[in-house]
Amino acid sequence: MPPTADILEKARWGLDDYNDKSRLYRLKSSTRGDISAKIFQERDIPIQVAIGNYDIGICGSDWVAEYTVKYPSCNLVTVRDMGFGEGAVYAAAMPRVMENDEITTRNPAVRIAGEYPNLAHSLALKMRLRRFSIYPLWGSADAYPPENADIVLLSRKNEAEITSLGFVSLGKIVGFRACLIVNRDSLRHKDMSDVLASIDAIIPKVFPHESAGFGQFVNIGATRQCMQPRCELDADTVRLALPDGHQQSHVRKIMDAAGIQIDDYPSAYGNRRPKISLDGFFIKVIRPQDMPMQVAGGDYDLAITGRDWLIDHLHQFPGSPLMQMLDLKYGWVRIVAVVTNETPVSTTAELQQMYSAQGKSCRIAAEYVNIADHYARTNHFDSYRVVPTWGATEAFLPEDADVLIENTETGSTLVKNNLKIIDTLFESTACIIGCTHPDQSPIKAQRMAHFVQLLRGALEAS
Amino acid sequence: MQIERCKGCTDLSAQDMLRFRSVEAAFQETARSYGYDEVRTPTLEYLYLFTSAGTLTTGMLRRVYSFLDWDGWSGERVVLKPDTTIPTARLFIEQMQQQGYPARLSYVTNSFVFEESATKARERWQCGAELIGAGGDIADAELISFACDAVKRMGIDKIEVRLSHVGLLRELLASLGLNHTEQDDVLSRILDGELSALESMHAAKGQSLEALRLLLNTKGDSAAFLKNLRSLFASDIAGVQDELSSFIKTIEMVESMGLAYQIDFTCGKGFEYYTGIIFRLFAGAVNVGGGGRYDRLVETMGGTSAPAAGFGLYIDRLSALINIDHLYIPVSQRVSLSVDPSAMKVGCEVADLLRRAGLVVLMGPNGTVAHDCGWELQVKQDEPQIVLFNCATGERNNCSSAIEAVALVGLV
Repeated sequence: MPPTADILEKARWGLDDYNDKSRLYRLKSSTRGDISAKIFQERDIPIQVAIGNYDIGICGSDWVAEYTVKYPSCNLVTVRDMGFGEGAVYAAAMPRVMENDEITTRNPAVRIAGEYPNLAHSLALKMRLRRFSIYPLWGSADAYPPENADIVLLSRKNEAEITSLGFVSLGKIVGFRACLIVNRDSLRHKDMSDVLASIDAIIPKVFPHESAGFGQFVNIGATRQCMQPRCELDADTVRLALPDGHQQSHVRKIMDAAGIQIDDYPSAYGNRRPKISLDGFFIKVIRPQDMPMQVAGGDYDLAITGRDWLIDHLHQFPGSPLMQMLDLKYGWVRIVAVVTNETPVSTTAELQQMYSAQGKSCRIAAEYVNIADHYARTNHFDSYRVVPTWGATEAFLPEDADVLIENTETGSTLVKNNLKIIDTLFESTACIIGCTHPDQSPIKAQRMAHFVQLLRGALEAS
Repeated sequence: MQIERCKGCTDLSAQDMLRFRSVEAAFQETARSYGYDEVRTPTLEYLYLFTSAGTLTTGMLRRVYSFLDWDGWSGERVVLKPDTTIPTARLFIEQMQQQGYPARLSYVTNSFVFEESATKARERWQCGAELIGAGGDIADAELISFACDAVKRMGIDKIEVRLSHVGLLRELLASLGLNHTEQDDVLSRILDGELSALESMHAAKGQSLEALRLLLNTKGDSAAFLKNLRSLFASDIAGVQDELSSFIKTIEMVESMGLAYQIDFTCGKGFEYYTGIIFRLFAGAVNVGGGGRYDRLVETMGGTSAPAAGFGLYIDRLSALINIDHLYIPVSQRVSLSVDPSAMKVGCEVADLLRRAGLVVLMGPNGTVAHDCGWELQVKQDEPQIVLFNCATGERNNCSSAIEAVALVGLV
């Protein structure tokens, strides 16, 4: 944010509230009547500009590449390299040499994880992988190899940062810097010359630019050679995923109460493999949003996540073997449908009737895309679009969405943003999720049950 | 709210379906006469069926409809099938490989590929055939002959065949010193229509690059053209001799069939599995089908090595070219039957007799008359129970029985 704010200040856009401390999403210009702005999560920006909700956007060109590699004919034009925020998306793997071409012939699928699923898909096609699975992640991608992914896409400043994590860089997929993007139709038909000139005047003109297209830097031969046989743990070992982020202190408290020791969790050094005092357990720290698919796919046996993410997963995959094994009773939130105070409805039924009568398509923004889709389907919206978001969802109403599916604890953030709840879909707390399989090792099953029992006992005692 | 058809997808009207069924019937009759058994593969397949090296080009793979299925929590995707040959080869490997060679299979099916323009079809129907387990010039000639006969049976006589040979292109690429992956990449780009791919090969050897440029930029219309090329390049470039000789034999067979043809090395866009001859059929300027030899596909997909070749005919394009006037049922064979509810039993008997006699009967309640009918038949409880009108002349006949009514229509 600071370099962008600096450039906009020099360009005299007058967006005085655009700074690190501001909690506003909407910005008004104090100097120009032709500018208003909104703050989004970076990866939402190319989408919002491409669909025409905004004329101009500033974001990392990695997110532009992630969008345009899937939608090459979208209405998005990159008009200026802004010259800061340099880095690259690298393909990386754990070092270990395989027989040449083994990767293209082996079974099962090559697993590619990362926050850039479209780039990952294109990489797999370019590598002519015979069979592959893409794991789209919310974050913590570096935690996955070698146990839970064969290739991982990492965004870093340089290759040295990749190797410092213990990875082999398989090559740069795309280099990126902050860039100025515009909607193609706006560029063709709308006079934005003053605004564009104000930016252009203060950006240095010449940057060493990487002109090569997607994947030109990836050494496919080296990638193939670095792939390794699937890293399997002992069949009796329980693979447990613990959450990163703000949930860590809660999990730590419950573990302490249950008499389970975990070293270096939460970790000040970003340790993703803390040690646990229970025998036969292997722990990794990953994003709670990514856990359901990982457990269902058999990469973990147990995970501590939110019930909201479990339900989102089950709406996408109704036949998933995943189940809630214990309600941990902290992190209570409600998952709600939200509209602006100006929307003349107070229930979902009224909202559905309103859009049906108007013959309009309803735009539903949510981080929980599958819950949002399920909400629209079960409430029989005639026509609707789910707008996936990666945070700051409140900012979408009313200009960029009509309804939000959002979680809330007290509702105060919603009130501050002039929003009202029209439906409560369900309540969510943290929980242990897991899968049981008929062919699971009895020792592992016993260990899993014991772990759940220890936490249940701690909860009951408190 | 206006409910719209999905972009790039087409409704087939009653007239469109007449055309569709006519093309389908002509193809199926031809297939039976060539000994090809009909099969059908599912619309949904696993993506990995198509991502194996040597199947579809990267350009095609970027345009497939792929998604996570309802049980796709492993992250593995399924697709709406973008191609028909690959699923048919899978079916062969799964069910027929043990039954011996060759297998002659035909199908009428749809496939799905994303197109940017809403005016281009994203769902395409084609009738096709695969000859698995037979190789050589005679097998190639059988398929070209089959494809041409099917199109002629549809009433389209002027057909031109355009031929290419991927095996020859591969040999030339190999002689440029490209490894297998690089060959796949360049061939994929050439087959996707990107001829500038050649110019990016700075380290390429002069003679082979010259030969490739000549092949891709020149079109011939005789075996002599290929013989000339052989005399220019075959002695310098190892491997080219065999491929050119094989191609010349096939061309001579096409000549002996009396087919008009052109040699065009750039045809074959989008498909990487071809290994030998490729052909496309043109009716005027319209490309109505094409196919080729894919001797390595079955093995690549995990089956036992087997030579194979096949073709597909594009139903939508052929439908637009055929004459269907003869398929409309004439008014004189259409009867509007109105029945008094109390005489329904007799009415049904009359309708049954007329239909068995080959007439079209449009039944309705008493007093209604269907359009476009040459006859109006009234069935009542009271005498005269059956009355027949000739709509063209206005003549009225009171009939004593259903058989008499049918006899009057003149078709019994």
